[in-house]
Amino acid sequence: MMKYSVTSLLAGLIFGLGLMVSGMANPEKVLGFLDIAGLWDPSLAFVMGGAIIVGLVAFAVARRRTLSFLGFTMKMPANNRIEPRLVIGSMMFGIGWGIAGFCPGPALVALGAGEIKAVVFVASMVAGMMAFEVIERIKRPSLGDTRGYQKN
Amino acid sequence: MIDIAWSQFTPGAALTGGLLIGLAAASFLLLNGRIAGISGILGGLLAPARRDILWRVAFLAGLVGTPSLWLLFSELQPIQVDAGYPALIVAGLLVGIGTRYGSGCTSGHGVCGLSRLSPRSLVATLSFMATGFLTVFVIRHLMGV
Repeated sequence: MMKYSVTSLLAGLIFGLGLMVSGMANPEKVLGFLDIAGLWDPSLAFVMGGAIIVGLVAFAVARRRTLSFLGFTMKMPANNRIEPRLVIGSMMFGIGWGIAGFCPGPALVALGAGEIKAVVFVASMVAGMMAFEVIERIKRPSLGDTRGYQKN
Repeated sequence: MIDIAWSQFTPGAALTGGLLIGLAAASFLLLNGRIAGISGILGGLLAPARRDILWRVAFLAGLVGTPSLWLLFSELQPIQVDAGYPALIVAGLLVGIGTRYGSGCTSGHGVCGLSRLSPRSLVATLSFMATGFLTVFVIRHLMGV
């Protein structure tokens, strides 16, 4: 598991670096993209575009493999259904994103930069995620964290 | 008509940063066999069956640690948060519950999901983009904040 965690750390660092280089750790920049009726900053579309260009190649390679290059099981989402909870949850997320200009990744980077408002946002986001777990446990007590993933 | 904010538009930095994000997602996928979805990685730590704690914490530590590493080489860029504390708390709750309920955020659905051509992630991405645009429109242009 050590190797797995080292590559996770590196992936997190490169991800964070990408967010900083692109300016997306700054909510004002994100809101500049979401404000299409004001002075519109299309930068976020270029961030998504750049990431997806690399992602398309990676997933094309991954699709033909059952094990990763380090020999770990490929864990791809097994749920293909477009359910109400997918749309409702995503819409809730979008409202929060539009209010603050933070989504989870940039908020964690801004927290690491010592931004006190990011600390408050992340604390509240974690509280929201915990509330979700409590609600899920009440609704379906048998589910663990394998939810949505293929079993090995 | 759409007015482009040319003075704020940074296509080069945006594309470079995007390629790095793609590289991070690609390495995580091809080395560890997982989707780099940040809300899922964080949310998994809060799940009842807390498995794989170490790698999740490692990934998140990488994200949180990036600015410290950056400081060794350069100054941090300014971070501007206009939202007040009550708004941040409401937004945080919505992002926390919403991303878990919808099984993903900008990274999991937006970057990884679209890269794997998942119709589910396309629907999710269109949903959060739509309400994101709408929310900013309401706040900035209807409420005039």
